[in-house]
Amino acid sequence: MYRWFSMLGAWFIARLGRLGKTGVFFAHSLLCSVTPPIKFERVVRQIWFVGWKSMLVICLTAVFTGMVLALQGYPTLRRVGSEAFLGPLVALSLIRELGPVLSALMVTGRAGSSIAAEIGVMRTNEQIDALELMGLNPLRYLVAPNLIACLVALPVLASVFNVIAIFGGYLVGVRLLGMHASTYFGEMSNYVEMSDIVGGIYKSMSFGVLIAWVCCYKGYYCRFGAQGVSAATTQAVVNTSALILVWDYFITSLVF
Amino acid sequence: MISVEDLWKSFGRQEVLRGISLAVEPGEFMALVGMSGCGKSVLLKHLVGLIEPDRGRVVMAQKEISSLSRRELDELRSRIGFVFQGGALFDSLTVFENTAFPLREKTRLREPAIRSKVMSVLEQVGLKNTENKYPAQLSGGMVKRVALARTLVRAPEIVLFDEPTTGLDPIVSNAMLRLFDEVHRRLKLTGILVSHEIPEIFSIVQKVAMLHEGKIVAVETPERIQNSRNPIIAQFLSGSPEGPIEYR
Repeated sequence: MYRWFSMLGAWFIARLGRLGKTGVFFAHSLLCSVTPPIKFERVVRQIWFVGWKSMLVICLTAVFTGMVLALQGYPTLRRVGSEAFLGPLVALSLIRELGPVLSALMVTGRAGSSIAAEIGVMRTNEQIDALELMGLNPLRYLVAPNLIACLVALPVLASVFNVIAIFGGYLVGVRLLGMHASTYFGEMSNYVEMSDIVGGIYKSMSFGVLIAWVCCYKGYYCRFGAQGVSAATTQAVVNTSALILVWDYFITSLVF
Repeated sequence: MISVEDLWKSFGRQEVLRGISLAVEPGEFMALVGMSGCGKSVLLKHLVGLIEPDRGRVVMAQKEISSLSRRELDELRSRIGFVFQGGALFDSLTVFENTAFPLREKTRLREPAIRSKVMSVLEQVGLKNTENKYPAQLSGGMVKRVALARTLVRAPEIVLFDEPTTGLDPIVSNAMLRLFDEVHRRLKLTGILVSHEIPEIFSIVQKVAMLHEGKIVAVETPERIQNSRNPIIAQFLSGSPEGPIEYR
């Protein structure tokens, strides 16, 4: 019995230690992101990498998300005689929820995995040690630019996602199912408020921080060898995706 | 210049360093030899503060590593060069950019001055006309020479070499050792060279330290080490599988 308690205690202490390490990593990275010298060149490069290079996958998923929302929403609303509200249904679902969440999940899969793998390979090849021995703070050089880039890129990507998805909803609702365009867009502008848009932007900013934090952490502390990098990449994507969905609940209850 | 006193380090239950004490005088070049996995690289990483010891002291250039603040440690590290086993070059940067990197990041030198310094050091290590190549386009020997160039461009007082010739063919390996010797003599560097190139390294170092099972077995001149009657040293130098050293 005593042995079991001791093992449980050791497990708990190890978990707590790891949690503390994650927190310290985040605090240091955040400090490096807001204090000079900020590596602007790397920030711009990462914004291009996280933002611009994710654009295609964001547009593709957005258009089909909007289309399926309209395809599912129209007959459902028609059952209760409210098909005129298809526009607000699509727009509010996207702006408040699906735009930020789906774009964050897409960025996690495309850019987050890549960030974790790149930093992981740098750890394995001793490039992070080399940076430290040159007197450079690796967090400032590798993590802070990703943190700033994700913070900037995610709201932009979520906004693009929303616009394209609303257009996808228009294609199905108006062009395919014969709804009037003025009803689709008119009701949308009646029901969507500025607070919905601002809330969505806050959400995607927090998701951006989450992606950079978890993916950089997993890469930074990855185990050695190809297996270590591969495990770090997988864990980065799985943990970030799960955390996005968990955090989504809490931030929704806070913001809206 | 380099002093290690009673250094202990364990990873989990495995004791890697067990009371290491070592001293390297200014201008001295010391070889650190021993079986693979005996803790040579771990010891080198303690010297630059990449690993914290469980117990013991490391003093580099009259400064105790564990008592330094982050800024003081960075300052001290700018006086120390470290040549990694695999080179640790940044794969997305060219040879020129890799070599110029510490100057661009840590000094206020203007680009023409950086270019002239980098080109000069690349010429010294025999890498003229390769400045636009990426690490993936270089041979093993060239990667290690770029790593040396990146270290030398900062004009360090102490250089630590972690198996810089491992994996190279004998000709390139000997040429690299000759290059280290030349650099050491010209720049009057203090250094530690971890290497398995025995007996070639004996001609370029002033002292040899042998590490075995986490302890220093001997610190002697190359001549005395070669004539040592210590069975561990004798077996290691002869490369014989029979003797007190157990291998797995």
